[in-house]
Amino acid sequence: MDAAKEARRGSDKTREKAAPPPSASNVPAFSRDEDLHAYREMLLIRRFEEKAGQLYGMGLIGGFCHLYIGQEAVVIGVQMASKDGDQVITGYRDHGHMLACGMEPKGVMAELTGRRGGYSRGKGGSMHMFSREKNFYGGHGIVGAQVSLGTGIGFANKYRGDGAVSLTYMGDGAANQGQVYESFNMAQLWKLPVVYVIENNRYAMGTSVSRASAQTDFSKRGVSFGIPGEQVDGMDVRAVREAATRAIAHARDGEGPYILEMQTYRYRGHSMSDPAKYRTKDEVARMREESDPIEQVRKRLLGPHKVAEDEIKAVDAKVREIVNESADFATSDPEPDPSELWTDILL
Amino acid sequence: MATDILMPALSPTMEQGKLAKWLKKEGDPVKAGDILAEIETDKATMEVEAVDEGVLAKILVADGTDNVAVNTPIAVLAEEGEDPKGVQAGGAKPNGKETGEAQKAPAPDMQAEGHTERPAPAAKTDGDKPVAAPASPAVITSRSDDRAMAEIPEGTEMVTQTVREALRDAMAEEMRRDGNVFVMGEEVAEYQGAYKITQGLLQEFGAKRVVDTPITEHGFAGVGVGAAFTGLRPIVEFMTFNFAMQAIDQIINSAAKTLYMSGGQLGCPIVFRGPNGAAARVGAQHSHDYAAWYSNVPGLKVVMPYTASDAKGLLKSAIRDPNPVVFLENEILYGQSFPVPKLDDFTVPIGKAKVHREGRDVTIVSFGIGMTYALKAAHELAEAGIEAEVIDLRTIRPMDSETVVASVKKTGRCITVEEGFPQSGIGAEIAARLMVDAFDYLDAPVLRITGKDVPMPYAANLEKLALPNVAEVIEAAKAVCYR
Repeated sequence: MDAAKEARRGSDKTREKAAPPPSASNVPAFSRDEDLHAYREMLLIRRFEEKAGQLYGMGLIGGFCHLYIGQEAVVIGVQMASKDGDQVITGYRDHGHMLACGMEPKGVMAELTGRRGGYSRGKGGSMHMFSREKNFYGGHGIVGAQVSLGTGIGFANKYRGDGAVSLTYMGDGAANQGQVYESFNMAQLWKLPVVYVIENNRYAMGTSVSRASAQTDFSKRGVSFGIPGEQVDGMDVRAVREAATRAIAHARDGEGPYILEMQTYRYRGHSMSDPAKYRTKDEVARMREESDPIEQVRKRLLGPHKVAEDEIKAVDAKVREIVNESADFATSDPEPDPSELWTDILL
Repeated sequence: MATDILMPALSPTMEQGKLAKWLKKEGDPVKAGDILAEIETDKATMEVEAVDEGVLAKILVADGTDNVAVNTPIAVLAEEGEDPKGVQAGGAKPNGKETGEAQKAPAPDMQAEGHTERPAPAAKTDGDKPVAAPASPAVITSRSDDRAMAEIPEGTEMVTQTVREALRDAMAEEMRRDGNVFVMGEEVAEYQGAYKITQGLLQEFGAKRVVDTPITEHGFAGVGVGAAFTGLRPIVEFMTFNFAMQAIDQIINSAAKTLYMSGGQLGCPIVFRGPNGAAARVGAQHSHDYAAWYSNVPGLKVVMPYTASDAKGLLKSAIRDPNPVVFLENEILYGQSFPVPKLDDFTVPIGKAKVHREGRDVTIVSFGIGMTYALKAAHELAEAGIEAEVIDLRTIRPMDSETVVASVKKTGRCITVEEGFPQSGIGAEIAARLMVDAFDYLDAPVLRITGKDVPMPYAANLEKLALPNVAEVIEAAKAVCYR
């Protein structure tokens, strides 16, 4: 049986079903500074992930490593709509979220290489990093578990009455887990300040959305609980920020949770060890050419915003420098002291 | 032919209740389905419905009588046409029951020594007299020879409390002390707790801090863990730990491991509590003892108290603990009474076993309801001239090996008692530790008394066979003493 052909058929169906991205004219424009900010932030993630992929190939990063390349506009757009004190929690494709939360690239990269300067002192790895200081609650390796946890963070926000919103991310794969719906129910029942961001990158590992989901419109996944939702062009950082602003305001105002389906795409495989044979090279190439989130902003910067090419090159160079520094640190920092084996088990 | 109306059992573990109110009076005609009376237990108020038709000939147990044993005749129903006045109680069917002394509520001291039985469905009755059992003494003093009291200052006044009351008081005291403590779970608030452990908490602390959840264990366990990551201190009640299997991913993968995976940044101060293990005749899916399961996981603390005093002191410690604590209770123990110190802030340290009874000949290690077998066996062994030292582990993880090893160095013999399954059980762990830490002191192999290696059966006789029993403990103790 030609499994690849079947998979392609599945992916074709997905493409047919995917809503066309809202036309650019519906999306409020970014100022020059906003676009420059988004460009720099997204590029940092892109370059960081490319470097991580490289280090993985060199055997310097072990285990599983899930890259965020292609999805950068989602987390950056949501962060641009959030406030200090809002918390972020996600699954295992988490490097982009950490950088977007302001965590140090050095500390993230050193965790990827399992060194003592990593955010978890080398004991967590790619999927398990946290920063209490930056309100980043992980980094969770069990698909869907972060959704209940993020709901609990929202519960705590309401308990304390501090006005913070829990930004809880999951993929299209996680959106089929049972505890997601248990969480939706409680979040709406108790009107918890949670925004559920479903990053629909079309594939749960190797399974296309249409092969796994009876309802492929993820914005409707909260309908039976009365949770409002919308589909968003997750490749356009402006559309993301716009929708996230609405969703976060809803949650912060005590109206309860909100679901955002971000229609996005990952360029790389599910993890570094995934050859991604379930989709065609054409499909990937077309997304990169037509919808790349960073390229969209770059064009606006060079075009309407009239930013000089040199200025953009300077941003590129600065980002590259930060990433190289993080890689240097992550490859020269020592491994954890053997005594670390026995620490942090109990407080 | 007249029929006795018997005091009904309203739950698998109910032994007695209060006949709160009669809704029919003598001489009233009764149809099947009519509500005859209201019964109160420590858990709930329930109605007694008539099963047969006839005339309520005689009320045997008056309104407001406490501690009426299950199966005691509470009234006599005459058949239509029968002369209600001529009806005799006791002689009515169902007959064949022995008459004798009313079943007494066990005194706390007896219970502390394990002299209580599982709920006996066939209560004895004393002719046609109401069979209210005498109430237990309200206050008793601690006995100086009881090492169990070593954590309690001498001369402390002791009050008699059920394990249920002790657990509730522990939560209430900690909730008064710390506004970050809240309790969530199914039926914990308005229903007052499926087993009435959270009775009164909603009234005192309000719905914000006593949170009824939907039936959604996986989800609310995750919500609790997420809230704990931010620094709140949730007490998550599982109606039983059997249902916590739906949530075990959040308990282990999220609660237990995150501190380590975050390099010490993200602690999880949470208590997961609820009844664990076999109750009475609830079958395989409601009878599992998870002590060994959770004890396998680094990052968790696992507590399983036996007495009310330990239940209270350990639950307070668990709520204050910055780590996730799995707190395993037992439905049968809920209703049992023990002396509890009357102190403003009584805590028991997690991770410390207790020598419940001293002895020189053999060490019996147990915990939770296993202690009831161990203590009864020790009592009978003493009559046979064998003095058993009974250790109550109280905390399963971290396990207090020191206390066990010290005892075995004295006695040279050890048996373990638990209701859980044998393979990879707590007894297996203790045996392994003794092999390493007390090998030269052992005069006999360590023997394990456990639940049998079968899913829990429903039939009364089979269930009894599946659980450990006192005779097995005695036999094992004699065997290791070569007697």
